[in-house]
This record gives sequence, C-alpha cells and structure tokens, in this order.
Amino acid sequence: MGKIFVKDRGGVVHELKANEGLTIMEIIRDAGLDIEAACGGCCACATCHVYVEDKWLEKLNDINEDEESMLDQAFNVKKESRLGCQIDFNNGLDGIKLTLAPE
Amino acid sequence: MQHKTDVIIIGAGPVGLFAVFQLGLLNLQCHMIDNLDKIGGQCSELYPEKPIYDIPSRPTVSAQELVDQLFEQAKPFNPTFHLNQQAEKLEKKDDNFWYLTTSNNETICAKCIVIAAGAGSFVPRKPPVENIKDFENNSVFYAIRDKKKLANKKVLIAGGGDSALDWTNELNSICDVTLMHRRKEFRAAPESVSKMLELEKDGKIKFIIGQINSIKGSSGKISEIEYKNDNKIFSIKTDYFIPFYGLKMELGPIAKWGLNINENRIEVDTEKFETSVPSIFAIGDINVYPGKLKLILSGFHEAALMAQKCFTYCYPDKKNVFRYTTSSKELHKKLGV
Repeated sequence: MGKIFVKDRGGVVHELKANEGLTIMEIIRDAGLDIEAACGGCCACATCHVYVEDKWLEKLNDINEDEESMLDQAFNVKKESRLGCQIDFNNGLDGIKLTLAPE
Repeated sequence: MQHKTDVIIIGAGPVGLFAVFQLGLLNLQCHMIDNLDKIGGQCSELYPEKPIYDIPSRPTVSAQELVDQLFEQAKPFNPTFHLNQQAEKLEKKDDNFWYLTTSNNETICAKCIVIAAGAGSFVPRKPPVENIKDFENNSVFYAIRDKKKLANKKVLIAGGGDSALDWTNELNSICDVTLMHRRKEFRAAPESVSKMLELEKDGKIKFIIGQINSIKGSSGKISEIEYKNDNKIFSIKTDYFIPFYGLKMELGPIAKWGLNINENRIEVDTEKFETSVPSIFAIGDINVYPGKLKLILSGFHEAALMAQKCFTYCYPDKKNVFRYTTSSKELHKKLGV
C-alpha cells in the first residue's frame, strides 16, 4: 500500500491510498475525483489526462504509440502529459505527484 | 418525413442491435437512431480492432466482429437505420404514441422508446477556447460540408488523425492550407501521412507544430489564431479554423426528456429496465441500478427483459407465449431458418 498526491482542477491536493495492481486512473476514479475515463481504461480516449510532476516522469513506464495517439485528441498537452490508465501503480511510485489536466 | 414503428432504439451499439433481435422475436419492429455514420457505437468507433474476452461462448472476439455478427443476427427483423443524426425532441401525443424528432428533422412515432446510448452520443471534441462558440458555423467548423466555401481562403486544420490529414491533402488544390499538430507524428493512415509530407516538401501546404491557445476576431470572423509550442506563443492569420480532435461522448438532448438521471446515467428498475417515464426504457451502459455492471453481457440481459414489457405496450390485448428459438417453428419462420 502506498499513496499518491493528486491536485484537482480547483487546485486542492488530495492524498489517495494506492495499491499495486491498480492504474493511476483507477485510483483517482475510485476515490471519487473528477476524472471522466470515458472508455474505462482501454486507451481508447483521452479523458484520464494527467500531468506528472517532473521528477517522477522518468520513473514511469515509457509512453507507447497508442498512448501518444490518444494524447493527440487531448488539449493542453505538455511534456508532463500522460494518460492515467496507462500508468500501473507500483511501490516505486509511492508518493507520486499528479495534476488533473483541464477538461 | 414521418415514420411509424413499434419501438425506437436510440443508439446502434451492440446492446441496441441485440435489442432489435429480442424485440423482433416478439414481432416488434424497430427503427434505430445513431449520431455516428455507422452502426456499432463505441465498439466500432473507439476500439474496432481490440479483442473482447468476456462475451459468453466467445473466448475472444474483436469489437468490430462482435458488431458485425450482432447485425447479422438482427437482420431477419429488418430494422430501419437513421444514422448521422441525433435524437432531439420527444413528445407524447393524444394518440398515445411517442413522436421523436431527429437533428435531420425526421420524425418517427412509436409506442415505446429504448435508450441504448452507451456513454451518450458521439460529438466533435471542441478545443477548450472560451470564445470559440462565437465563431462556430461561421469561421470554425468541426466537419466540412461544403468545401467550395473554402476556395481561395486561408484554412487552418488542426489534428493528427485521418480527418485532419485527408482534408489537408484534399483541400490543398483549392485553398491555402496549414496543418497544425502537437508533434510531427500522426496517427492517420500511413499513405495519407506520406502524401501530406510530400505536399509540405513541395510547398503546397504548410505544417506547424503547436496547440491552439486562443482565437482572435470579431462578429464570427477569425482574424488570427494564437498557438503554443514549447510554452512560446505564436500566431497565424487564417480565415477558417477546422479542428479535428476526434469525438467525445455526451448525453445530449436526452438529458432534457424529464427522466430520472443520476450522474449522467438513467435510473431504471431491474425487472423491465424501464425509466421513471412509462414506456421509455434504458439498457446497456447508459442505465444505472443497484449492482449495475457496465458489461455488454449485462446489456444483452436487459434487452431481453425490456422486450417482454415492450410487448405489453404494443399489444395490450395479446398474450405473450414464451418460446425458445431452438424449438419454436414460429420463431424459425421469423428467423428464416
């Protein structure tokens, strides 16, 4: 069990409990924060778009072409942009800081 | 144009298609409405190639194959499709029929309405620029219906998918096209990408890396578009802006039909999957009830029970005799087997 920190669109930071085996999107969604995740996590939309704090970026699995393609449909894409459904939480990510991208 | 039928199904995804079959077995005719230009809903639009592993009896099936076979299964019942249009207005008249009007101004009347609309209807994803509404249908378009209008104008197309690339390639001969995308890789078909790159090399189109930041102009007419690249702001003069950022799903006009709605999903009972308004049903991902699982197979079950209740609305004086497709000669006849 670990935790993640998620800044919502109002600027409030939430500390969420995180278990290995869940994706970042699932952790955020199940905590009731406002993340649409329309396709349910099969990398077929871009509605779980998050910004990952710089120093955590390199700890993540690499972004693949499927995820890049979906980010093409998102707005305000930055170098810190990822889709929450494509990041599996593991203990190496304990304490990761994320921000929900604007809708 | 006005049509008359037994049941109108809103949404031609897997659950809507199976509803045609279940209703057909009970002699109920269907018309289907969908805002996409094809049947299949999310399966066909979002993930046609992806495998599904939890359809009973199908260890693996691609989403498109599932849709194709559901269509095949529903074929004997000959549903009428109204594609490329959204269900807009619904009213009940004195004759006790529902009158549903679509965005194409077609009216269909029926005894029952079945909402099988998944996560809502697919609509263009609009850039989050505050004043974009002021320019829509004037100098901002999400689809190109009349390309003559663009002749000899400056046109800025945004996006990296098939629509963006195909239109860039197509329009370059009649207007001054610039394509904007956040990177120089594209998810469009490789042939379209190479054609676009060739046109760029020959100076026939321009390509810029960037993301929309703001729109400037007045009275619906754009003067310039500001875009961001690497946190720097640039601007480009254009007459038209055509963003192709794919589609998103939203509940749309259904939200205003007076049904009980809970977090964008329609409340139903678990016996008939009827909404808070009698003779309007909701099945598949769009409905919500205690214990609901958003699975295609749940939608199939809901379709079968919904059909039983629809029968009583359409044939109030007839008795519905429950029969199996395996043994009933009458059902065999309907299925053409």
